[in-house]
Amino acid sequence: MMEQMDALYREVILDHFKDPRNVGELPNPTVRAEGTNPLCGDEIAFSLYLDGDRVRDIRFQGKGCAISQATASMLTEEIKGKSLAEVRQLIQAMKGLMQGQEPDPSVDLGNLETLAGVRKFPVRIKCAALSWNVLEQGLQRHHEEGRAP
Amino acid sequence: MLDATRLRADFPILGRTVHDKPLVYLDNAATTQKPAAVIEALTRFYSHSNANIHRGIHQLAEESTLAYERVRVQIAEFIHSPSSRSIIFTRNTTESINLVAQAWGRANLKPGDEILLTEMEHHSNLVPWQLVAQATGAVLSFVGLTDDGRLRMEEYDRKLTSKTKLVGVTHMSNALGTINALEGLIRQAHQRGAVVLVDGAQSVPHLPVNVEQLDCDFLAFSAHKMLGPTGVGVLYGRESLLEAMPPFLGGGEMIADVKLTGSTWNELPWKFEAGTPNIADVVAFGAALDYLQGLGMPAVQAHERELAGYALERLRAIDGVTLYGPSRLEERGGIVSMNLDGLHPHDVGTILDAEGIAVRAGHHCAKPVMRRLGVAATIRASFYIYNTPDEVDRLADGLLTVKKFFSRSPKAVSR
Repeated sequence: MMEQMDALYREVILDHFKDPRNVGELPNPTVRAEGTNPLCGDEIAFSLYLDGDRVRDIRFQGKGCAISQATASMLTEEIKGKSLAEVRQLIQAMKGLMQGQEPDPSVDLGNLETLAGVRKFPVRIKCAALSWNVLEQGLQRHHEEGRAP
Repeated sequence: MLDATRLRADFPILGRTVHDKPLVYLDNAATTQKPAAVIEALTRFYSHSNANIHRGIHQLAEESTLAYERVRVQIAEFIHSPSSRSIIFTRNTTESINLVAQAWGRANLKPGDEILLTEMEHHSNLVPWQLVAQATGAVLSFVGLTDDGRLRMEEYDRKLTSKTKLVGVTHMSNALGTINALEGLIRQAHQRGAVVLVDGAQSVPHLPVNVEQLDCDFLAFSAHKMLGPTGVGVLYGRESLLEAMPPFLGGGEMIADVKLTGSTWNELPWKFEAGTPNIADVVAFGAALDYLQGLGMPAVQAHERELAGYALERLRAIDGVTLYGPSRLEERGGIVSMNLDGLHPHDVGTILDAEGIAVRAGHHCAKPVMRRLGVAATIRASFYIYNTPDEVDRLADGLLTVKKFFSRSPKAVSR
């Protein structure tokens, strides 16, 4: 069973948990997105600068378990510099991965692929899913506000 | 003293392994395991006596009714209720409290009346009162906690006023293990003319509870936290109060006569038991009560206190462990709530599970308690009659494994 623990808490995940990247809050962000897991109290808040259609910078602040916090940290690294279309594709790929689908070969998941270990622990899937849901809702809201007259 | 090692043989589930390790079940405050006698009583009822109760004139209906009503008498004896008319079957503690909040509360509370609760309550002794306060205009007030998780009694003295119509208080905190000294608190409330509801979900299963001695007006508890099946709760109510209360749910069984436009109510306790109850599980609960009575509740309490004392001693010795709740053993039951420095309880719980150890990791449906402690969640180990000092050792070793696991220094990874 300890091998399965190692598969859940991969070294790269533990590394991001202990030494999270891009922590903080951007002043006057283009997009702000926050959310919690009511069941376990995990909290994540993202702030983003968009340059036209591209993520120029991103920070996160959060509290919670190793999986939820490491996911947020890895997410910030992966989406910095990506276009919104690429970010949406990544969100869909990660949500699919969490739901047990085979990884989409056309999307490069990078370090994020290590999160696939969480699928063997159904009660922990929501820990890894939180960041993706929060970001998706934040971008959706931004998109709708942008189209409002 | 209980011989826990011998009792374990009565519980089929305790023989199983989890992730190839012998199960260490330390989540008893959530629900306890069931002895073979309870499981057999359930099977026996369905394979021998099953029928609906209080109606039907056939043999099975009579046997079922007798078996069901006998458990009511057993419960009255178990908590020293003067009459079995005071014992109402519900689904769980939560429903018992909702029954009082809705049936007593709506009939007795008016705008400006106060409901005095504590910061220590389980959500089930908070939310029903929030609902009835919204409906009646009554106001909620709260007794705060000390840093070591005890009620601030000077605050109780101050907040208990002539406006206080009801005091709702837990007998034992499910999140901290604190046992509240209720006799003085109840006496004071009665002097002010308030009625008192005691949440006994964690006390009735674990220590001797005597409603006459406590002099409480209502006591709520659940069968599944005391060796019985899920789906059965109990409400004890003072007979005069229950008599005066309107019904909670309407339907079959709770009526004396029904006309198209109005009805009259059945007598106690059936006035509060609308519809077909959970007959089989009530009958099996009787076997659980027999089992506990055979052990004696003073022995149950002494066993758990000894385990809690040993656990506190072992866990205190682990660097990085923060323990919550009263430091004096006399003020606590068999619940130990804690955190490990820098780690979220869910990560701790996942590794403990891999070691075959079942604990609760979360807010324990007591978010105000978590807020008071300044934490999002805790790890909770809770004991019962079949737990042993060896299992406390497994828990302590498990926590050391957790620490070791998360202190591995990750190799350099690409950024």
